[in-house]
Amino acid sequence: MLRYISRRLLYMLVSLFLIVTATFFLMRAVPGGPFSGEKKLPPEIEKNLNEYYGLDRPWYNQYFDYLVSVAKWDFGPSFKYKGQTVNDLINEGFPVSFFLGMEALLLAVSIGILLGIIAALNHNKWPDYGAMVFAVLGISVPSFIMASALQYFLAIKLELFPVARWESLQHTVLPALALAATPMAFIARLTRSSMLEVLSNDYIRTAKAKGLSKGQITVKHAIRNALLPVVTYLGPLSAGVLTGSFVIEKIFGIPGLGSQFVLSISNRDYTTIMGVTVFYSILLLAAVLLVDIAYGFIDPRIKLAGGKKGE
Amino acid sequence: MEKLLEVKNLEVSFQTYGGEVQAVRGVSFHLNKGETLAIVGESGSGKSVTSQTIMRLIPTPPGRIKNGQIIFNGEDLVKKTDKEMEAIRGKDIGMIFQDPMTSLNPTMKVGHQIMEVLTKHLKMDKSAAKERAIELLRLVGIPMPEKRVNQYPHEFSGGMRQRAMIAVALASNPKLLIADEPTTALDVTIQAQILELMKDLQKKTGTSIIFITHDLGVVANVADRVAVMYAGKIVEMGTVDEIFYDPRHPYTWGLLASMPSLDSDDKSELAAIPGSPPDLTNPPKGDGFAPRNPYAMKIDFELEPPMFKISDTHYAATWLLHPDAPKVEPPEAVKKRLRKLSSNYPQPIIVKESE
Repeated sequence: MLRYISRRLLYMLVSLFLIVTATFFLMRAVPGGPFSGEKKLPPEIEKNLNEYYGLDRPWYNQYFDYLVSVAKWDFGPSFKYKGQTVNDLINEGFPVSFFLGMEALLLAVSIGILLGIIAALNHNKWPDYGAMVFAVLGISVPSFIMASALQYFLAIKLELFPVARWESLQHTVLPALALAATPMAFIARLTRSSMLEVLSNDYIRTAKAKGLSKGQITVKHAIRNALLPVVTYLGPLSAGVLTGSFVIEKIFGIPGLGSQFVLSISNRDYTTIMGVTVFYSILLLAAVLLVDIAYGFIDPRIKLAGGKKGE
Repeated sequence: MEKLLEVKNLEVSFQTYGGEVQAVRGVSFHLNKGETLAIVGESGSGKSVTSQTIMRLIPTPPGRIKNGQIIFNGEDLVKKTDKEMEAIRGKDIGMIFQDPMTSLNPTMKVGHQIMEVLTKHLKMDKSAAKERAIELLRLVGIPMPEKRVNQYPHEFSGGMRQRAMIAVALASNPKLLIADEPTTALDVTIQAQILELMKDLQKKTGTSIIFITHDLGVVANVADRVAVMYAGKIVEMGTVDEIFYDPRHPYTWGLLASMPSLDSDDKSELAAIPGSPPDLTNPPKGDGFAPRNPYAMKIDFELEPPMFKISDTHYAATWLLHPDAPKVEPPEAVKKRLRKLSSNYPQPIIVKESE
């Protein structure tokens, strides 16, 4: 197990290196730079700025310097926000996005799995149709419409929650719901189809032949086997949700990492783009690793390579 | 002898898009305590549906018990609610399925899957159940049960999984064990071991067994009595000797003739029964076997044959047993087996369908 994890960590480093390299060169390939705005800067000032941020040096020097500083977990100063480093931006934005993302993730997983199981157990009856209509809505309605609808009905009409801003737990409910809608719907559909498949298996008939009740069969025999595809989806999903959503953060006025990321690209804020990308990649790789480890616990047939028998 | 199970005129249908499939069309038989009854027949003859109906395991809908009674231990299982059935399944009736590779839950320890029966029906606590599970694994011949009890099904071989399934089925000492083709998915040496094990366990526990198979060789090995099913009906039923040495139904003849025997030389070809079983959405008017039956008479296509009683235990549904029927010779392979059985009546007697 330990050997497996350490090998995976090594692979993660390699992928990270490739991601850093690709982002670095792709970013330079995009026309424009951090200081090319609508208002042309005087050439002397631009020259000074380039010198200050090291943009006048050859690309390979910039590249290797960057690699070294990333290895030291230093993403450099932001080009756009004076006096702030990219590390500062991440440290400020990420906790907000993380909290919101966790809330959305918990909502999506718990309600999604529940809906999926209810739908599967009542296959082709009205709870199934109800849950699936709900799921199709969740998948097909874009998040900005979902967010606006939630704001309109729950905040303005019913006055249950505040409309926007990031102040108390109450403020987090609507954005979390809006963020959770699509993954929740997706998980519901995934759980349903995988439950239906599991319920048609021979060992469910065996469980029935033992005299177990429908509830016992579902809880003890079906759910665990039906959860594997959901867990697979959970890896990339959690990385995506935890780093924040530009749309949701904009609509609800949340100072998260998602809006930072998108803005940095239009600003050509090189260091921020790089920093956030690397950060996002680390999260994604870690999430995928966690999912792979979770497989081994859920399904004993999956032996983690490297952890050979008797080791 | 005391009857443990009596199935009376059972009819089971499945509603499908193509229409109503009459899988079981009026099946009656009984099972005595401590006895093994084999139900044989080709695929689609209704043998598995019959057995799963006894356990009330057929999905309803699309399945439906249209008619009949299943008297088990003096109670009619057809009338039981699902909740009442849960108390009977696994406790009084255990079941073993065909494919041991898929019949055990892959994400649950084998021991736990046995313990479930014990905690559910015998109200054992966890540690007692585990002790008993180890004992059961030892009983079904699994070496090192203390270690095996904590393993998952994928760490077991096919034969061992079927042994584990038998342990599950026998965990609460059921009065009846239904084995639905338990050896079909296993290779021949393992088959023999599993059959030996089942016979051995029956001697120890005294359970009655319904053994469903399409392998007549297996039947001769384990059964006391045999019921031959065709197109949702029992066409012949009798003791093993009666079925093997004095078969009366042309379908049974066909089955026996298609079975290789030790003394058949390489020159003689195995006989096959031509054609395929009838479509049970539209069961034929007369005898279901008539179109494939070289001995079929005109009446076979018109009228279903009644059940004839050849001895106290031997029944067959074929017009050939009617006093007016012409005398016919069974196929060569069957003729070689025939023996005179002293228990036979001087003349077959017509019994009512619903008997």
